[in-house]
Amino acid sequence: MATETKKSTPLLSIKGLTASAGDLKILKGIDLDIYPGEVHAIMGPNGSGKSTLTNVLAGRPDYTVTGGEVLFEGQSILGLEPEIRARMGLFLAFQYPLELPGVRAWQFLKAGVDAKRLHNGQEEMSAREFDQMLKAKVAEVQIDPELVRRAVNEGFSGGEKKRNEVLQMAVLDPKLALLDETDSGLDIDALRIVSDGVNLLRSPDKAVVLVTHYQRILNYISPNHVHVLYDGRIVRSGGPELAHELEEKGYDWIKDLVDATV
Amino acid sequence: MTTPRVISRDATSSELDSDYKWGFTIDIGSDLAPKGLSEEIVRLISAKKEEPEWMLEWRLKAFRQWLKLKEQPPKWANVEYPPIDYQDIYYYAAPKSDAPKSLDEVDPEILEAFEKLGIPLAERAKLAGVAVDAVVDSVSVATTYQDTLEKQGIIFCSMSEAVKKHPELVQKYLGSVVPYSDNFYATLNSAVFTDGSFAYIPKGVRCPIELMTYFRINQADSGQFERTLIIADEGSYVSYLEGCTAPARKTHQLHAAVVELVALDDAEIKYSTLQNWFPGDKDGNGGVYNFVTKRGKAAKNAKISWTQVETGSAITWKYPSVILEGDNSVGEFYSVALVNNHQQADTGTKMIHIGKNTRSTIVAKGISAGQGNATYRGLVKVLASADGAKNFTQCDSLLVGDKCGAHTVPYIEVKNPTAQMEHEASTSKVSDDQLFYCQQRGMSVEDAHFMIINGFCRGIFQELPFEFAMEASQLLKVSLEGAVG
Repeated sequence: MATETKKSTPLLSIKGLTASAGDLKILKGIDLDIYPGEVHAIMGPNGSGKSTLTNVLAGRPDYTVTGGEVLFEGQSILGLEPEIRARMGLFLAFQYPLELPGVRAWQFLKAGVDAKRLHNGQEEMSAREFDQMLKAKVAEVQIDPELVRRAVNEGFSGGEKKRNEVLQMAVLDPKLALLDETDSGLDIDALRIVSDGVNLLRSPDKAVVLVTHYQRILNYISPNHVHVLYDGRIVRSGGPELAHELEEKGYDWIKDLVDATV
Repeated sequence: MTTPRVISRDATSSELDSDYKWGFTIDIGSDLAPKGLSEEIVRLISAKKEEPEWMLEWRLKAFRQWLKLKEQPPKWANVEYPPIDYQDIYYYAAPKSDAPKSLDEVDPEILEAFEKLGIPLAERAKLAGVAVDAVVDSVSVATTYQDTLEKQGIIFCSMSEAVKKHPELVQKYLGSVVPYSDNFYATLNSAVFTDGSFAYIPKGVRCPIELMTYFRINQADSGQFERTLIIADEGSYVSYLEGCTAPARKTHQLHAAVVELVALDDAEIKYSTLQNWFPGDKDGNGGVYNFVTKRGKAAKNAKISWTQVETGSAITWKYPSVILEGDNSVGEFYSVALVNNHQQADTGTKMIHIGKNTRSTIVAKGISAGQGNATYRGLVKVLASADGAKNFTQCDSLLVGDKCGAHTVPYIEVKNPTAQMEHEASTSKVSDDQLFYCQQRGMSVEDAHFMIINGFCRGIFQELPFEFAMEASQLLKVSLEGAVG
């Protein structure tokens, strides 16, 4: 494991975050700091709040934030529209990517890239420059170029949708990528492609949050930190060894552990 | 690169005499007819246009037929509006003789509309009536295209001109597809039509440029009754574009046009429409009543293709149809109809299979936003003679918001057991999840809606000529303003 060089300001700082969906309280107080260059894995059993956490960070309107604070590069983002957070450099790879019938992937991605550039005071990218960049990214993440010619996710298999998420991430080049169970339902080849895509994004000034149910993907992407989420709280944090421990002992171990403390 | 040739229908007139009362004597010398419809008005229109006797007789037959139908417009359409007072409409407003000389003289309202549509400045000048009238009147501007067209024997002119210069063609084909007795609005149009476009493509000629007519209603309280006739002689091809706008008026305006297409053996006509008549304001005040009859007749091996993008009008009542008379003839209908605020659209097509091995394709996309109500109404009729007829129909509706409506009313009548019919229909809503997905990639809610709706219409836009497709997309954006975001 590379040595960690922690900068003074976290890229993302979550403090006492609570959130609910309707009357259901899901997040019950999350505290987490993510520094540039880090990869965090968030694991936990079904229903523990993993997906809720990433969706709340991205600003999905289905959830209500009831307390706490989230700072992105020191700026509070909970009051910002989802598209503003996206333009600031926060990316969510969806667990269930949506189909947009008839919307060309090319057009969709260019709209995202241009929105971000305009936000940063840059001009829209020329069609030619974008085309070259897209071709390079398609090659880089080893995605079938045919997928880019089709409409966004329309008629894609589950694996193709996930790979398309990785391509979008590569093209939009976010500072912080949140991957919501991107590994689930993938065969071993697809898993490798997805993992390679994430590893490509790793750099000293960027960070990745990997939400997963399984330890499997961590064989390809080695995290700096592993957190276990249970019942809306992070109940245990550690290094990569924690993932292996979970793999061996299963989530019941965590449940027993937590229940014993209560 | 083909630049469309544009003919203006600007019906700008001088100030109206507001003291005018119903029952006056008609002043033949004036450029304005009084409100209301009578045999005298029909005669006046014909006299104003210096028409031959046969044309007047045809108009009068239509007028007498209309009197029998009076106050009985079709009621089966899924649209609601108060009864129209046909005596409260101007049926003749002569075009202003002195067209604007430069863009500075053009109504800024019109220019703004063009700007929103993203029409380049050079085009804007033409559309606003500067070069338009110049195209008609001035030799210098018109020569390039007229030369090209004339060399190949193509006739493209106004209907009035055609009546005078090509009476044999007009007499032979006018009313051959849409008879004067066809329906309430077509009959009205036959009696009072003031102008329109005429095109004739000779045998075996492929029209080298896209022909275009740009229609506009300017005069308040005036009805617009244009009549278009396109004849594609054996083995010829033509692509024809039609664009329509009207300025915002507080009162409703009636637009009752008739379009007839004649595709002789082995000919092909592609007819594209961008309809952006004033749709009324947010509360449903004003707007154009667009009650239009469009029909084509396809002879042996001929093909007629209708593509329409309908975003305007308070009410649209329109069914561009194809009579597949000749063996192996092909009919196509590609449509996007968007309603927003209080707009209503009842639109679709009729495909009448008469010849053997005739084929038809219908793809209709309806988008309902605001409190708009869109109905697809279509008839596919296969006669006993139409061995091996085939139809494919696809009707998709997209709902934006929860106060709008979408309806699909397909009629299928098959009298031949060898016919093959396919019908697909779907209704979907722009989902919150789709919107969030787009937002998460950096798009605003409004842009996300626009992108999803554009995607929904993609199959239709592909059928439009390139420049028109860009315009259609912009038109959707303008029409959706205020519905989302």
